[in-house]
Amino acid sequence: MIASKTSQLDDSQRIVITGVGLAAPNGDDLGQFRSALLEGKSGVVPYEIRYFGKTIAGVCNYDALRYQKRKELRRGTRAGSIGIYAASEAVKDSGIDLENFDRSTVGVYIGVTEHGNVETESEIFIISGYNYDTSVWSHHHNPRTVANNPAGEIALTLQITGPHYTLGAACAAGNVGLIQAAQMLRLGECDLALAGGVSESIHTFGIFAGFASQGALATHEDPTKASRPFDLKRTGIVVAEGSCIYTVERLADAKARGAKIYGELVGYAINTDATDFVLPNPERQAQCVQKALARAGLNPEDIDIVSTHATGTSNGDSLECEALRNVFRHSDRTHFNNTKSFIGHCMGAAGALELAGNLPSFRDGVVHPSINVDDLDPECDLPNLVLGSPREIGPVRRILNNSFGMLGINSVVIIEDLGQQGH
Amino acid sequence: MAPEEIREVIIEILGDIAPDEDLGSLDDAVAFREQLELDSMDFLDIVMELRKRYRVQIPEDEYVQLASMRSTVSYLTPKMSEVAK
Repeated sequence: MIASKTSQLDDSQRIVITGVGLAAPNGDDLGQFRSALLEGKSGVVPYEIRYFGKTIAGVCNYDALRYQKRKELRRGTRAGSIGIYAASEAVKDSGIDLENFDRSTVGVYIGVTEHGNVETESEIFIISGYNYDTSVWSHHHNPRTVANNPAGEIALTLQITGPHYTLGAACAAGNVGLIQAAQMLRLGECDLALAGGVSESIHTFGIFAGFASQGALATHEDPTKASRPFDLKRTGIVVAEGSCIYTVERLADAKARGAKIYGELVGYAINTDATDFVLPNPERQAQCVQKALARAGLNPEDIDIVSTHATGTSNGDSLECEALRNVFRHSDRTHFNNTKSFIGHCMGAAGALELAGNLPSFRDGVVHPSINVDDLDPECDLPNLVLGSPREIGPVRRILNNSFGMLGINSVVIIEDLGQQGH
Repeated sequence: MAPEEIREVIIEILGDIAPDEDLGSLDDAVAFREQLELDSMDFLDIVMELRKRYRVQIPEDEYVQLASMRSTVSYLTPKMSEVAK
């Protein structure tokens, strides 16, 4: 088995995931989420939103009062709430005693697709009841809509005094949060990172209306069947909320405290199509995957699972498959799956959440499937595409996670199981 | 609106702003901040709610009148005497 390039680095430059906290439409922690993915349980339900009316969405059911008081929930945003929940769960999972940790050395790096639309729409709705009198515009508007809000609310709640900010990276943001954490840890800018992504997008009517106008919003009489990447009858995106935040540390620090290690970030890449506002570019996507492989010093056949980005749009899915076919055409080891088919598109959280759903494969050797494929689109017919039910594939050593977004942003991360070395 | 009705309105507004607090034991003579966890943004919420619900305008230099329940009710009584509940 080929070794990743990072194995030659000093442990102080190797980056590992040591805790996972998440809120998904079909699970409030990694155990529940993984079970739902193996049992074929969807989190997509009927949904209704102001102006747009009846639709479907991936809706989370996490306990928002577990880590916040009612007053704090009222003061903050949904993105802040769902982020605080995931960040607190991640810290708990990591075993780190934050009370006795130097919190000036903790960085918070949170990916977002968008932020501020929810509050702005809501305020405009409220002042419309006052003949658009702006004197009743809320003084909470600015702190709720500043772009760093979700990361800032996490820092405020967990009393973290190191750097905090969001990474605006469309639907590539979840991976980008993780990549930012790795870079900052390597630079010594922080000693512990809380990183990943959040989405409050189901609370803005604009995202539903925008996708509908673009002809890219999924519809189906059965909500659980609406998100159907790779299927010939796919109709578009199911908008979802969610969050996934990791505790990320340098391997040396993780080993020193005897931490549980989920995996090492051995490769990553971010690039740009520079060709269209919304239409993906498979050549650039393939280059992004190859760049991540090259950084890790790996070949396509060294990847056991590719977690695809596919969102269920007609063009997007087939173009991603074209990119993956080009890179992995000679690898009979690599398996492909898709998590959006269960939960819809969790936007800024998607990349981080979809990676998390696959991490337990390092322990059980099972690939969760892509569901809702009744009639596979020949253009999406990748070899070893796992459809319908989970597949046991033996030891899983590496997972490659795709996450792409509008304005042509592509992001890829590769996570490796450290096995006994990580324990 | 009579003083006791104004007090009810303020209690209702405080209930929204500070949902975790027990307002039943509020001492009207003591400053809100000494009994409740309220910050400047919360006081702005009181001002905003009065503006939204009753079109009562409170100039910034008079916010100090909202220190306690007693001072708030006595300050608002002339302003809201013509306002229907």
